[in-house]
This record gives sequence, C-alpha cells and structure tokens, in this order.
Amino acid sequence: MGRGRARQDLHLRAEQVRVSRLTRLLESEKALAAALLAPGVAILVIFIAYPFVMALWYSLTSIRVGDPGHFVGLDNFTKALNDLIFQQAFKNTVFYTFWATIFKLALGMWLALLLNRSFRFKRIVRASMLLPFIIPTVLSAFAWRWMFDPTFSVMNWALYHGGIITDRLPFLSSGDWAMWCAVLVNTWRGMPFFAITLLAGLQTISPDLHEAAALDGANAWHRFWNVTWPLLLPVTLVVVVFSVIQTFSDFQLIYVLTGGGPANSTHLIATYAYQIGVGSGLLGEGAALSLFMFPVLFAVVWVQLRYLKRMENG
Amino acid sequence: MKRRDLLKAGIAGILVSRQAPVFAQANTVHILRWNDFVPAADKVLREVFAPEVQKALGIKLNVETINANDLPARATAAIQSGSGPDIILLLNNYPHLYASAGVDVSALADEVGKAQGGIYAPAVRLNKVGGKWVSMPWSLVPSLVAYRKSWFDEVGAKSFPKTWQEYLATGKKLKANKHPIGQTLGNTFGDAPTFTYPLLWSFGGQEVDGKGKVVLNSKATLQSVKFMVQFWKDACDEGGLAWDDSNNNRSFLSGDISATVNGASIYVAALNAPDKFKTEKGEPLHTDILHSPLPAGPNGVHNYHTAHNHMVMKYSKNQKGAIEFLRWAHKPENLEKWIVVQKGYAVGTTKVWEKHPMWKDYPVMAPFKTAAAGQSRLMGHAGEPNGKAAEAWNKFIVTVMYAQACSGKMTPEESVKWAAGELGKIYT
Repeated sequence: MGRGRARQDLHLRAEQVRVSRLTRLLESEKALAAALLAPGVAILVIFIAYPFVMALWYSLTSIRVGDPGHFVGLDNFTKALNDLIFQQAFKNTVFYTFWATIFKLALGMWLALLLNRSFRFKRIVRASMLLPFIIPTVLSAFAWRWMFDPTFSVMNWALYHGGIITDRLPFLSSGDWAMWCAVLVNTWRGMPFFAITLLAGLQTISPDLHEAAALDGANAWHRFWNVTWPLLLPVTLVVVVFSVIQTFSDFQLIYVLTGGGPANSTHLIATYAYQIGVGSGLLGEGAALSLFMFPVLFAVVWVQLRYLKRMENG
Repeated sequence: MKRRDLLKAGIAGILVSRQAPVFAQANTVHILRWNDFVPAADKVLREVFAPEVQKALGIKLNVETINANDLPARATAAIQSGSGPDIILLLNNYPHLYASAGVDVSALADEVGKAQGGIYAPAVRLNKVGGKWVSMPWSLVPSLVAYRKSWFDEVGAKSFPKTWQEYLATGKKLKANKHPIGQTLGNTFGDAPTFTYPLLWSFGGQEVDGKGKVVLNSKATLQSVKFMVQFWKDACDEGGLAWDDSNNNRSFLSGDISATVNGASIYVAALNAPDKFKTEKGEPLHTDILHSPLPAGPNGVHNYHTAHNHMVMKYSKNQKGAIEFLRWAHKPENLEKWIVVQKGYAVGTTKVWEKHPMWKDYPVMAPFKTAAAGQSRLMGHAGEPNGKAAEAWNKFIVTVMYAQACSGKMTPEESVKWAAGELGKIYT
C-alpha cells in the first residue's frame, strides 16, 4: 500500500515537472512566436519558396519535358530578350497593368464615394457590387468572350440593330481592340476590390473633418482633395500594390478571352511563358520568361512601400 | 447459406475461373482524350467501350476528356510530375516532342498494321521515333473544305474552284453576297494549321530543306502570304483572326459563312440534327453541304489531316493494362463501333477502313474515305516531322506569319522574315 502511494507520488511529480516545462516553454515569447509562425513558414517554403527556387534553377538549364537538360547559364534569358513575341508580351503586360490599374482606381474610388452615402437598398447594392470579384474569372471571361465573339457578339448585334454601326466591330479580331477589351474586362473584374477596400478606408474618416472643412467654406472637390484623399492615400497605395501584382501576373483572363491572339497581339508574360514552358514543353525557357516578372514587381512593391513608410514617418 | 459456405463458394469460383475477382485486380486504365467534335464518339468510349472492356479483360476504363488545345499542357504536367493518365491522346507529331515519356508499343503497332492492311505512311512517320513506335496511331481527322453548294451555284461556281486564284474570284462574289469564306487564323490546334501549312506548300514554300536548314524566307512563301492578304480582305470573314476550332462550325451552321476548312464535324452535326440546321429555304442543311480538297497552287494540291495518337506513359503503373486495352480497342469488331458513329469524320489509320460499308451510307463523305492515304507532306517539310517541327507547330509560327500580314500588323515581307527567324531559333 505504502509502496503504491510512493509510486503514485512519483508519477504526479513527474507530471508536474512536465507541465511546468511546457508552461515555461509557452510562456517564452520566442518559443511561442516560433511555434505560431512555423505552420505559416512551412506553407511559404513549400508553396512559394520551393517553386521559386525550382523556377530559378530551371531557367538556368535546358530542361524540356521528359529531358532534365543541362546547365546553360543565362542563355534562356538572352533568348527571351531577343524574342520579338516576348518583347511584345512585355510591352503588353506593362500597358495592360498600367491602364487597368488606372481605370480600377478611378472607377473604384468613384464607386466607393457613391456607396459611402446613405440611400435605399444600400446593403443590397454593396453586396451585388462584389459579384464580378466573386465569380470565378474563367467563367466571367467566357461570358465576356461570348459578348465579344467575332460572329455572334451581342454588343455588335445591339449596336447594329440600334443603327449605330453598319459593320461588326472587331472586338477580338484586331490586336488593339482585343487589348483594350482585355483591359475593360480586367477593370470590370477588379474594380469591386478597389471600391470595397476604399469604402472601408472612407468609413474610418471622421465626418467631423468634413463638417469642419465645410464650415470653412470648402466645396465638395476641395473637401475630397484636401481631406479625403490624403487620409485615404495609405489604403489606396496598398490596394494599388496588390492590384499591380495581380494584374502584372494575370493569366486566366487573357488565356480564356484571347488565348494571346490575334497573331500573338495580346500575350502577357504569363500567357506566353505558359505557351512556351507548358504548351511546348520548353520548361527552362518558360521559367526564364516568367522570371522577368519578378524584378519588375519587386521594384514596384519596393518603391510603393518605401513611399508608404515615408508617409507614415512624415 | 452460412458465412463459411459463402467463402468456400467464392474461393472455388476464383479457382475455377483462374482469375481474381474484379474488385481485387485494381486494373484501372485512365485515358485522357480531347472533347470530340462528334460527341457521340465520346459516348461510345464511355458507354460501350468501358463496360465491354471491363467484361472482356476486367479493365476499368476511366475516360477523361478536355479541350484539345489543353492536351499538351496536361501531357507536360503529367510527365514532369510522373503521375497522371495511363494513356494520353497526342495530336499530330507531338509523340516526337514527348518521345522519351512513351512506352515502346512497337509490338502492338506491328500486330495491328499487319492484320489491317498496313498503317498509313504519315501515321508511321508521326509515331515512330528512332525506329521505335513511341505511340499508337488511333485515327486521322481529314481536313477538307466544307462548302454550301447552293451559294457557290449562285455566284456561278458549279463545282469547287480548282485553283487558289479561282477560289479568290469565287470568294469575292460570295463575300459580296454576304456569304464570306470562313477561316481561322487564330492560335488554335486544328483548322488554322491544317489550312496554313497546305497553303504554304501549294505555293512551293517549305519550312526547311532536306538537311534541316530553314528555307522559309523564300519567294514562294512571300507569294503565298501576299495571296492570303488579298484573299483575306476580299473573300474571308475577317473576324477569323480571333477564331478557335469551334467558331467556324458555329458560323457555318448558323448560315454566316459559305465555306471553311474543317473536319467533317459540320456535316455530321447537320446530319444528326436535320430539324435544327436548315437552309434559308427550309431544307435540311446537310443536303446543301459538299466537301472538297483545298485548291491547287503553283506547286500542286496539298492537304494536312490531323493525326490522333495514343501514348502509353512510362510513369504509368499499369502499362500492361493500358496496352491490353489498346490491343482490344484496335480489334476491328471493337473499333468499328467508334468509327461508325464518326460517320467518316475520323478515319482509321489502317487501310482496312477504306472498305467499310458505312461509306455507302454517306456519299457526301466520299472525299474523306481516302484522304489520309493521299497525304504526302507533314509539318517540318522537307525535313522530318520531328520534335523541332512539333515545337514550330505548337508555337503557331506559320499560322502567325499569315495572321500578322492579314491583320496589317506587319507587311508580308516583314512577317515572312519574322517567321523564318523564329524557325531559325528552333532549328539551330
């Protein structure tokens, strides 16, 4: 009986020591931080760092489908720089990103200002505004493709029967038209993201500031430019950074809408890299093409974040 | 019956049949193919082949179909990851591009060829790499011109134009009558290159010479591009720059275009739905459709027919089952079920199918019967249809050469020079 009691005590003490060790470990900020960060870091390493390093390695080799290839240094990058389609794809990507971001920002801001007002069915309107952002891009791009169809475009049909045009508009069959159509669809898809984020930013601005400015005689434009815009700038910059990253690396929309055509006129870096790397099996060349996105995006993000930091400090 | 009796009966059954029960075999074959332009053919694979091969060989057939333009991407992903379908449908000369990933099916190809009057020469060149069959030819989809007989009659063309110049003259009148010729020049796998390569060849242009040296930048190529620019403006629906392989089907069936290069899927669709597709006079549309080879150029008549090949993948854990399935499927009594529903849209790759009685039922399809036998050129001409030719085909270089000139993006001279330069990068 006595021995049994002693053994029980021993177990209890060992358990207490174990618990106190665990408690100490959890109470250590460093250990807790590491434990909490570990899953996130693991995900980043597996899904972002590893593919990125693999892409870097691939870009330096002649790997093609079914053939591991060999080290070729910067040959794939040199080849890309001399590739006329890639040059065009690069220009297209910059054009597409620039104009789509400008339109998304302007229209998103306008929409946010409208939605910040009180009106009937405000909640329903706000919710429905998000639809383009919620619908899978592949589906919405297919719907737009039908609307721009060279033969059966509903827009051509409406314009023709409305007496506005006498011949079909070449929505997707002219390179320039197709590029602007892609910008339009991207704007339609991305504008709600801008609007809803800017709306959240607008709601943090105290109405007192507007009232004070109004009392000082500021009109609507002055109130926007001198009160709303400066206070909204940090949020705007963050949204623009996100949008530039997403738009510059866009793939789905162009792949479905134009497939890079007509005559390679609407290829973006991502779609062309896919055609070369995955479609043609030239994995090394495809990886090199896609890596051209990295320094550009890095520079954009770095400049914008630096500006943001300066603003916060200032 | 007691549990013990049931077990005894089961074991006795296995011993008698000398075969494990189906559930224990796990003999599944996953085949990846395109969404067939004749949907009834996919139905045969799923609803006839699958149960019959299960019964005959105990193989559970899993048929997956995707857009044909996405097949190369799926093949690349599967090969690189070492997992995916056991059999992948590869079009044209893609077997050369993925040669190292294919199981040697020489025994099967020899067996089928021997039993069925021989495999067509183009199919042999497309599937044999280094003297070894890396994939098994399954079918050929001949590409010919489908045209509206009555509309051609209206402009005085009592038969299909024999030369490109005659076709241009007829096309001008057709376009003036609001019945343009429809042709895709988009980045798409079938109807674009099956038009542009033969056009190039018929004017005497070629990608490379017999030694693999790029010779595309030639007077003949330039002539063909200049002709195409005029043909495009005067005779074609200019929306074709943005078409994929399905746009011309829709445009033809809806009465927008008068002619287009196509497999016979337009005719087969019209034949299968006579109440849906009608002429402006209310007649079934199929009664007003005829087929013809492409017109002749200074260098003769050329056509290209899309080859469909099955590659048994090296990474497959069931290579034996996959080959057994193909052996079973290529038996005439089985393949016939798939061939017949195609009504001539896809033809067999062996000569025996030319004699099939089905051709008597569809006289309009007669040009398709021997089209594959008459094919003399393949991509990469006058060289081999090798991996480099596949890369050029996959990058749409020849098609884009015409598209750039037709869209005004480049002059014909600039576009030919560009295309020759792009080919040069591949053939270095």
